[in-house]
Amino acid sequence: MKSSVRIALLLGTALVASTSFAFAQEKGGVINVATVGEPPTLDPMASTADLVGIVSQHMFETLYTFDKDWKPTPLLAAAMPDISADGKTYTIKLRSGVKFHDGTDMDATDVVASLDRWTKTASRGKQTATTIAGIEAVDATTVKISLTTPYAPLVSLLAFNNSAAIVLPSEKQAEPMVDFVGTGPYKLKERKADQYIQLERYDGYVSPEGESNGYGGARHQYADEIRFVPVPDPNTRVEAAVSGQYDYVDSIPVESFDRVKGSSASEPVMLQPFGWPVFVLNSGNGMTKNLELRKAIRTALSMEDMMAAAFGSTDFYALDAALYPSQYVWRTEAGTEGGYNVADPEKAAELLKAAGYKGEPLRILTSRQYEFHYKMAQVAAEYLKLAGFTVDLQVVDWATLTQRRADPTLWDIYITHSPFLPEPALIGMMSTKAPGNWDTPARAKAVDAFNAESDAGKRVTLWADVQKVIYEEVPFIKIGDFNALSAKTKTLDGVSPAPWPYFWNASIKK
Amino acid sequence: MIRYILQRLFGMIVVMALVVTIVFVIVRVTPGDPAAVMLGPEATQQDIAELRTKLGLDQSLGLQYVYYIGQLLQGDLGQSIFLNQPVTSALAERAEPTFFLTLFSILIASGIALPIGIYAAYRRGSFVDQAATTLAMLAASIPSFWLGLILIQFLAVRLGWFPVSGYGGPGSTFVERMYHLTLPAIALGVVSSALILRFTRASMLDVLGDDFIRTARAKGLGERRVVMKHALKNALIPILTIIGLTAAVLISGAVVTETVFGLPGVGNLVVSAVLRRDYPVIQGALLVIAALYVLINFAIDMLYLLVDPRVRY
Repeated sequence: MKSSVRIALLLGTALVASTSFAFAQEKGGVINVATVGEPPTLDPMASTADLVGIVSQHMFETLYTFDKDWKPTPLLAAAMPDISADGKTYTIKLRSGVKFHDGTDMDATDVVASLDRWTKTASRGKQTATTIAGIEAVDATTVKISLTTPYAPLVSLLAFNNSAAIVLPSEKQAEPMVDFVGTGPYKLKERKADQYIQLERYDGYVSPEGESNGYGGARHQYADEIRFVPVPDPNTRVEAAVSGQYDYVDSIPVESFDRVKGSSASEPVMLQPFGWPVFVLNSGNGMTKNLELRKAIRTALSMEDMMAAAFGSTDFYALDAALYPSQYVWRTEAGTEGGYNVADPEKAAELLKAAGYKGEPLRILTSRQYEFHYKMAQVAAEYLKLAGFTVDLQVVDWATLTQRRADPTLWDIYITHSPFLPEPALIGMMSTKAPGNWDTPARAKAVDAFNAESDAGKRVTLWADVQKVIYEEVPFIKIGDFNALSAKTKTLDGVSPAPWPYFWNASIKK
Repeated sequence: MIRYILQRLFGMIVVMALVVTIVFVIVRVTPGDPAAVMLGPEATQQDIAELRTKLGLDQSLGLQYVYYIGQLLQGDLGQSIFLNQPVTSALAERAEPTFFLTLFSILIASGIALPIGIYAAYRRGSFVDQAATTLAMLAASIPSFWLGLILIQFLAVRLGWFPVSGYGGPGSTFVERMYHLTLPAIALGVVSSALILRFTRASMLDVLGDDFIRTARAKGLGERRVVMKHALKNALIPILTIIGLTAAVLISGAVVTETVFGLPGVGNLVVSAVLRRDYPVIQGALLVIAALYVLINFAIDMLYLLVDPRVRY
């Protein structure tokens, strides 16, 4: 071998070695995370609020979670479930050696007790309970779930961190939760409401094996502590990001992108796309029970103007009729033709006439807690007035909105938003028990077929059928895709943009 | 004098009874539901109804009121729906930042307002007087949250001298916690100083025109002694009143400032409780705040006894 080649090889080896050394993540330090507020609870079964999931996912774990492609992957389970041919029995093998924060071993008894609590207390658990015939421990490391009817979303529901099927020690199942003892990489050290939630590394943690992959795979626990600090004022969160006071600042206004980008301490973290604003129509009551009228509303609306008013620049939003963006396997254009961004008040007026509309006020519930909801509502109101609607825009705080929407006689449209959820069956608006009161034979046929099918490929096709029915029956109207902006310091490594940001693989560069 | 004190004490009890009832009714008739907030956006109506039953919110308003009064008479302000702790301990935790924020703000406000107000009155019509009056009007017009954000931008972000928000992490020392109060105390102190300055100036002007001041000067007393001893002592009653009321306003929660600076004080607690409809916390906090107002007013009345001998008779 020529000496020049040898030198080149040596240099190459040294470069590779030094590069991998530079990229090695450092252990130690505290990750300070500024959140939008104080979570209403730390029990992720008890709430469907995103903030609860963001904090509690570090303390508690579920049987499954999602990888970076939003496919369910084992977490406390040893493998994906063994599903019987009729789709009614799920046999779940558990990982052995997993310990709770109190030092006790996790086994099938704990899982059965926890799933029992989930089906009795958690919103999503209670919905799932209608299809569950029994949950039993086969042996110390095996759990069997029997269903009354095939229900394909079960694994996704067991994986979701929202209204989550977390596993707790069998003797610590109190409701409301008293002992915050989970199996997660971090355990609760101290909570001072409105000041901080302090989590510390759990030294007895047994990580899943394999490369880290989204929420799945290895969880490394680089940081000694993670502290979640409520910073409710969005402007203060922006200043906190620019100054670098917090390692991660969640949810900042998109208008602050350039300021954060120009900061010497921090950089923007953009999740593109994050979610979708949606107008939920009251399909079961009042004037919006009339399908033609619901179609008139959709025909009148300009999604382009609403998204522009709400998010300013196309850097932060996209117009998209499909209920899922291209990053998801569920994306399909099925049924969307002529049903999105029509912005034709004249055509809407014709539909309105055909629907027999007599000038009753169209009550739109919205809140300024999410300023973009309000901005969209203002634009929508103008287009609807042009079409001939009498619009009653009711601007209330979020707590009032959530109460009013529960009474179907009080509203016709309410405005909300959602992150893109890993599995369409998790979209609450598709349930007959959701405030939109969408309960038709076409819905039942399409949704039931989708929920019963366990083959992944066939489910994608069946989801297209569900989307077609949604566009045909207009129970809700998707307005567009929008991005979420957060910020992280330049010294924080290992954080990927995520709807529910997690920090077990994050580290601080010293 | 005893009759005067007893009258004030009886008034306090009546005010508190009214406050308890009015707050209870207002909180319950306001739209919004703590159960819906707790359960989150995806909860069904059935879930919400079940939680309402668990929280006792499905009972009639009258029954809930009787139960609440029973609790109060035992010294129990109830249990927070969201914080997983009794209201009394939630309030006790918030007392420190709010108390010291109030104290520092009042010190800053008085430190600015008293000397300038006294000097402006003494040099009535001078450049200093006109400048002080203009600045006072300006300070009174500035919203404290705006001044807070400006202070954050310059002193915290650009110069990096102070933290942007928060009240110190776990294990932070008393000094560190007080350090976090610097910017909010300046913001509140500057804004509050305007009112105290105007009252100080007006009160001193009243007194400086009195006959006894002319007599004091005629007796050959030095100007410093005339202003600081004779005039200021007699001008103190309205000044003390306004300082006391400013303290009461601040201690009841400098709501916006605490929210902007992310301080875990009483104001922040009340705001988040209102947004979540945490009924026991709203009721308990407003009750304690009302009690503080009543006590501060009582303390001011007692100070009158010391400062103004006429009140004693």
